[in-house]
Order: sequence, then structure tokens, then C-alpha cells
Amino acid sequence: MGTNDWRPFWLAVLPPVFGFALLVCIWALVSITTRGSIPSPWETGLQAIDVFSDPFYRKGPNDQGVGWNVLMSLERVAMGFGLAALVGIPAGFVIGRFTFLSRMFNPLISLLRPVSPLAWLPIGLLVFKGANPAAIWTIFICSIWPMVINTAVGVQRVPQDYMNVARVLNLSEWKIATTILFPAVLPYMLTGVRLAVGTAWLVIVAAEMLTGGVGIGFWVWDEWNNLNVKNIIIAIFVIGGVGLILEYALIRIATAFTYEDVAS
Amino acid sequence: MNADKFIQIQNVEQTFKTAKGLFPALRDIQLNIAKGEFVALIGHSGCGKSTLLNLIAGLTMPTHGVLLCANREIAGPGPDRAVVFQNHSLLPWLSCFDNVYLGIERVFGKTESKAQLRARTDAALDMVSLSHAAQKRPGEISGGMKQRVGIARALAMEPKVLLMDEPFGALDALTRAKLQDELLEIVAKTQATVVMVTHDVDEAVLLSDKIVMMTNGPAATIGEVLQVNLPRPRSRVELADSAQYQSYRKAVIDFLYTRQGHVEKAA
Repeated sequence: MGTNDWRPFWLAVLPPVFGFALLVCIWALVSITTRGSIPSPWETGLQAIDVFSDPFYRKGPNDQGVGWNVLMSLERVAMGFGLAALVGIPAGFVIGRFTFLSRMFNPLISLLRPVSPLAWLPIGLLVFKGANPAAIWTIFICSIWPMVINTAVGVQRVPQDYMNVARVLNLSEWKIATTILFPAVLPYMLTGVRLAVGTAWLVIVAAEMLTGGVGIGFWVWDEWNNLNVKNIIIAIFVIGGVGLILEYALIRIATAFTYEDVAS
Repeated sequence: MNADKFIQIQNVEQTFKTAKGLFPALRDIQLNIAKGEFVALIGHSGCGKSTLLNLIAGLTMPTHGVLLCANREIAGPGPDRAVVFQNHSLLPWLSCFDNVYLGIERVFGKTESKAQLRARTDAALDMVSLSHAAQKRPGEISGGMKQRVGIARALAMEPKVLLMDEPFGALDALTRAKLQDELLEIVAKTQATVVMVTHDVDEAVLLSDKIVMMTNGPAATIGEVLQVNLPRPRSRVELADSAQYQSYRKAVIDFLYTRQGHVEKAA
């Protein structure tokens, strides 16, 4: 292999490496100027090795490994998000298909969507009388909107040509739904799912800070109370990493189900 | 049933509601199409050719007047009047085979076995020389091939009427000529009644028994009907020298560019 063949490889690998190096440099500078109240990258790294060497320990309800915290948060997100998908995707389909329902619900969606999900937390606590269901409720309410809206838009944008094909072939409603509507709407739906999961992962940290229990958000708050800043920084990287993996997985799923448009 | 009046269009008028008010697209359309006849609808852009085709397909309903097919009123779209759409309209998530199968299943699914349906699909793809592309998705084949799949899907349903909306409009001249020749062969074989919208004079003369020339819109109507009495089978190479062919061609060009040539001024 000639030297030139390595050029694309280095051009792909070096810029991200430089990016991370820059981040670590700034972090180190901040650490020096604050005289160590923000721990240095080196100290944090050592602490991270310690934390990740035993991610699944359990010492009572308020002291569990980082692995348990992440899994608990993911479970809440999965519950809230799953319920939201169960309600939101069918709701999006009917809102997109019937103009009357779209006119009926659009004002409500416009009113409720901009509300910070955390504003719903007290309602959840009141209704469900527990921190865990309240957190799931908050995830539900924040992840339902992108799925309703994107599914509805997808249904409204099914090309008229496909519907004409359905009409000329005189396909049954069920056949239209399975062979035309669903595949045509799927890319929009998956965009909604991706946005919903992204928002849910943002919100869970804040919700858990307020509700307590086990979870990555609670872990951040707990380590703040312990003044263990190294663990907070580790938590930030863990939250970012998990979010990145979720996003990437959903993008891969979405591209697998996206087809060329009718016009091309 | 009178075979000369297989499709009857009586006093048809079509008006669309638009943001600017009512738009009269078609008026006073009177036309009879015989069984097995090949009819071309020709006219300038915006003259309502496609509107008329959609009315025969049953995709839209006329504001006034009646359309009959085999003495029954056309009340909606149906597989007995198959449409080849301008932009092929294949479903991009289905293979070519499955796109054709969809229509066949709808028409013959109740009376025939799966194996028979599959054999029909294979035969339809073979007719348009696309057996090798059966398992490909529409995104993986060329524009001409997509249009052939569209034709195969329409013909495989054994429709009484084949409706084609500028089927070859988006193709290059060589591909278009090849598909026109294929269509001539297929129509000779199946004896289908065909209504084709086109803006190509040569295409109209080469393929049709009857050319319906439309006046400019709005409120377009049929300006003239030309019977094309060229013997079949027709060969484009021989026709190029035929005086009869040239006279038909001249008649259509006269209509389009001398008598209806003020389309830019009107617009």
C-alpha cells in the first residue's frame, strides 16, 4: 500500500482527535486557573478507571455503581418513551388522515408542546403519588409530541401518486395502510422517534435530580452533595456517550427504511 | 353493445375550485371511443388532456355530463381501466416483481392460486423484457425500465382500457422510440383499447387510430378529430417516407401551431 492511500484515513481520524485534544486542553487550563476545584483531566481519568472497574456494585439504595444508574435511567426512558410511542404514533396517523381531527387537536398540541416537561412533574407526583412513575410520566409527555407531529406530517405528505395507484388498483383500506401508508410514513415516524428519544434522554437527567432514587441524574446530584466533582464530570461523559449511541442507532435504523422519492 | 361506442363521453364539463375562484378546465367534451381503438389526446400544456384522462380513469368526477365505459357510468377508478402514470408511480419499497404482483393479486387473487399469480407476474415482466430486473427496487433501475414496469403493471391486470398519461414524456428520444415500438407490439397482441395523452406529434401519428386535438385552455374542448388510416403493423422507418404519414403529421402541426398557436399570448 502506497503512502497516498493513507491520506483519507488520516483525514477522517485526525480532526476528531484534534477536537478532543482541544477539549482536554481547555479543561486542563480551567482546572489550573480554578486551582483544582475543577479536577484535572488526569485525576478524572484515574477516577474513571476506578468507577468503571466496578460499575455494578450495590451498597444500599443511595450508593450503587454507575452501571446501575445508567440502566435505571434507560429503563425509565424506555418505559416513558414506549408508552408515548404506543399513544403518539397511532394518534399521529389519525390526526394526519382526518382533517377534522387535525383541526381539533392542532391548537392543543401547539399550546402544550412548548411547555417544559419538568413543569409536568408536580402533576405526575400528585396523580401517581410516587417519584418513579412521575419521572416516567415526564418522559412520556416530552417524547409524545415529536412522534405525534412527525407521524401526522408524514401521513399528510404521502405523495398523491401513491394514493392514485391505490385508487386505480382499488386496494382495500388494510392493504393501503400496510403497503402504502406505513412504508411511506416510516421515515417521518423514525425522525419523530429519534427526536423523542433525544429529548427524553435530556429530560431524564433533570427529572431524576428532582425525584431522587437510582439513576444517572440522581447520581450527578448526589455527587454534587458529596462535592465529588470528578464523578460529576464522569457522569457528563457517560450521559453524552449514551445519548450518542442512542442517536446513532436510530439514524442507522432510519436510513435502512428510507427509499427514493417517486419524482426521481 | 355497440362496439363503436365502448367509451362514451357526453357533454362533459370540468370546473376546478381554486384559491382565485372557479377555473373552467374543460367544456362540451363529446367523444366516442371504439373497442380496440388507440386514441391519442394531443394539445398544448394546460389544455386539459390529463384532466380528461383522469375523468376516464374515474380519479375525478365531472362537474357536468356523463362518462360511460361498456355502457356503465364511470363512478370511480377501477382495475378495468388501468393507468400508466406520467412519473411511473411505482412503490419504491417494493421490488419490480412485487409492484406488478400488487395489481395482479387484486384482480385475479380471488380466483387463482398463488403459483398462477406469480406466473402472470413473470409473464408481464417478460413482455416488457424485464425478467432480469424482477427482484430490483425501482431506485436501482433506469427511468425507461421504471416506465416499462409501470406498463407491465397496467397490462398485467388485463384491463378493458389502458390509460396512459404522457408515458414516455420523461425519456430520451431513443428509449422513447424503443418503448413505442414495444407498445405497438403489445397492443397488437392484446387488442387493448388505449387512450394516451401526449404532446409529441410523431408519437400520436405513429401509434393512433384516432388523434383528438384539443383547443387551448381555460375551458378547453375538442378542436378536431383526425382518423389515422395507416395500415398496421406500422414501421417507423417505412413511415418516415410515406406521403400519407406526412400529411397526417402536417394536419396535426397545422392545428397545434397555426390555429392554436397563441398559447404564450393567452398565458
